[in-house]
Amino acid sequence: MSSQAPAPQSSVPPLKDYASIVGQPEIDELWTLAKSLQNRTVKMVNSTAVGGGVAEILNRAVPLFNEVGLPTQWDVITGGDAFFSVTKAFHNALHGMAYDDRPHWFDVFLATNEENRRRMTFDENFVVIHDPQPLPLVEARTGKNNHWVWRCHIDLSQPNERVWEFLRPFVEKFDVSIFSSAAFTHALPIPQYLIAPTIDPLADKNRELEPEFVSSVVQKFGIDASRPIVSQISRFDRLKDPLGVIQAYKMVKKYQDCQLILAGGGASDDPEGSVVYAEVQEAAKGDSDIFLLNLPPWSHLEINALQRASTIVVQKSLREGFGLTVTEALWKKKPVVASAVGGIFRQVLHKVTGMLVHSVEGCAYQIRYLLSNPALAKRLGETGHEHVKENFLITHTLKNYMLLFWLLERNRQ
Amino acid sequence: MKQAQDPFQFVTASYLVCIGHDRPTTLRDLSQSIARVSDASIFCHTFHSLSTYHYTSYSSDFAQWAMAACNEQELAERLGAIDVRQFVAIEDLRSALLHTIDSYLHAQPRSSDRPAFEPFFFSETREITLPLEMRASNLAELSEGIGRLSLQSLHYHFVNSRLRLHLRTNDFSHWIEKELDFPELAARIARVDFYTNTLQGVRDGILECIRPWINR
Repeated sequence: MSSQAPAPQSSVPPLKDYASIVGQPEIDELWTLAKSLQNRTVKMVNSTAVGGGVAEILNRAVPLFNEVGLPTQWDVITGGDAFFSVTKAFHNALHGMAYDDRPHWFDVFLATNEENRRRMTFDENFVVIHDPQPLPLVEARTGKNNHWVWRCHIDLSQPNERVWEFLRPFVEKFDVSIFSSAAFTHALPIPQYLIAPTIDPLADKNRELEPEFVSSVVQKFGIDASRPIVSQISRFDRLKDPLGVIQAYKMVKKYQDCQLILAGGGASDDPEGSVVYAEVQEAAKGDSDIFLLNLPPWSHLEINALQRASTIVVQKSLREGFGLTVTEALWKKKPVVASAVGGIFRQVLHKVTGMLVHSVEGCAYQIRYLLSNPALAKRLGETGHEHVKENFLITHTLKNYMLLFWLLERNRQ
Repeated sequence: MKQAQDPFQFVTASYLVCIGHDRPTTLRDLSQSIARVSDASIFCHTFHSLSTYHYTSYSSDFAQWAMAACNEQELAERLGAIDVRQFVAIEDLRSALLHTIDSYLHAQPRSSDRPAFEPFFFSETREITLPLEMRASNLAELSEGIGRLSLQSLHYHFVNSRLRLHLRTNDFSHWIEKELDFPELAARIARVDFYTNTLQGVRDGILECIRPWINR
């Protein structure tokens, strides 16, 4: 039995390689759309190059934009620990969590953005700013005739008012905004488009793996592949509720044998990760069937293998943007038990593509139910795979952005 | 093989959803919103949802909401039974939706103001069409082109067409009857059921209808 790891990808596959998954007609239509936008330039701006769903999408989408003839530049804003502590606090506050206001925070936020604005240029036809961290860069549009798009990946439906009122004037300077779900939006004077985030089926994190490699990864971490495995793959973040997952696992364990994997890494814009990881370690202490795996950001093949080795994948988030880890699990035909929050609603259609839950108790119950009903679990996984194929693959990102750019140009004519 | 004078022009059709501000939380509010929202919004939650959510119990967003968010099974069934094939104008479809909801609420007044579990988020579709470099002058070319369409574009030619043509037919049947004078084939294609099929199943059904006619 070979346990050799597949070679990590050195580059994004060309668009033609996706035809085997989405069909040649879809690829042909992407080229038709791209032709109508030939040589328009695009800039994408976000706050981290690695870790988190936004960076993952951009890593895959930007080369594809370039391939179809839309030269696309991806810039990452820089900032110190103070800036990223502020943006993390903003992120939580916009999700409706508690916000401990510090007088200098707004100044830190504005000053860092101003430094970035001075070193960057914004001469492209379309500038897409991702999430709140780089919002003030929109001030650079003064005197330019290009199109500015704010891509909001988070749930803005119940934001902390103080933070939102501070950020709102920047948002209102964009031409349009994009949200992952209609339920995430907030009343705005600019149009709000619905575009779901996506995964790349050919990326190391999602591509097919040899069963031998999957087994070798499971063995490497000391996990018993012959017993049921429940996993949550997420960064160690309070909003992902890793402590709630451990509670649910302990309830399941009273009646059914299983192991729990909590695997994830940190993002460079999340300074809270190590604190949460320590709390999770404390809660898992003494149980040799709980595996805490704090993986570096390049562990895509290992994460893929862990998801494929899982019997059930859990995403017990308290708040969620879209929840791309759910998309990944569905793509791998896994039965998913997930909180009914954020964009998970769009992916997990209750009892059709997975199970939606609202509490630790509900999560434990559905895990037990699916462990006892493998035929149902299999059917949910298969429907989930089709749901992702039709709606949440990287080719949809390419198409939807091109449609939006096309509309923006047409509306200005 | 019979040749058409005017070739069939295939197009690529795509849709972006623009999120609206109307967010009713009761059936009474839903009815009022349906009465005032744009045609693009009614289209989004009926014709467009038909191509998007074939996994759920109902392909109409209104029916799905009545069932999942309002727990009104009977109304959901009635809304789900409204067949978009019967409509060649959005206004008529809007009237049918309103009639169904209002008559139900008249009989079940306590359902009017019961809060739903979640709001109904009205949205609108923006349709973007571009001509493809594909034309058909006979049935063989039409068949080949249909096989090369994306599912959304197939939906555009086969389902949404009736709103453009203002006829209870589809682009393929319309062209076959007008250009090739095969009314029987046109009628057979128009009977392919897109409610009980996936779009791939619809494509297969259309191609199966055309195959025996190709050499006539």
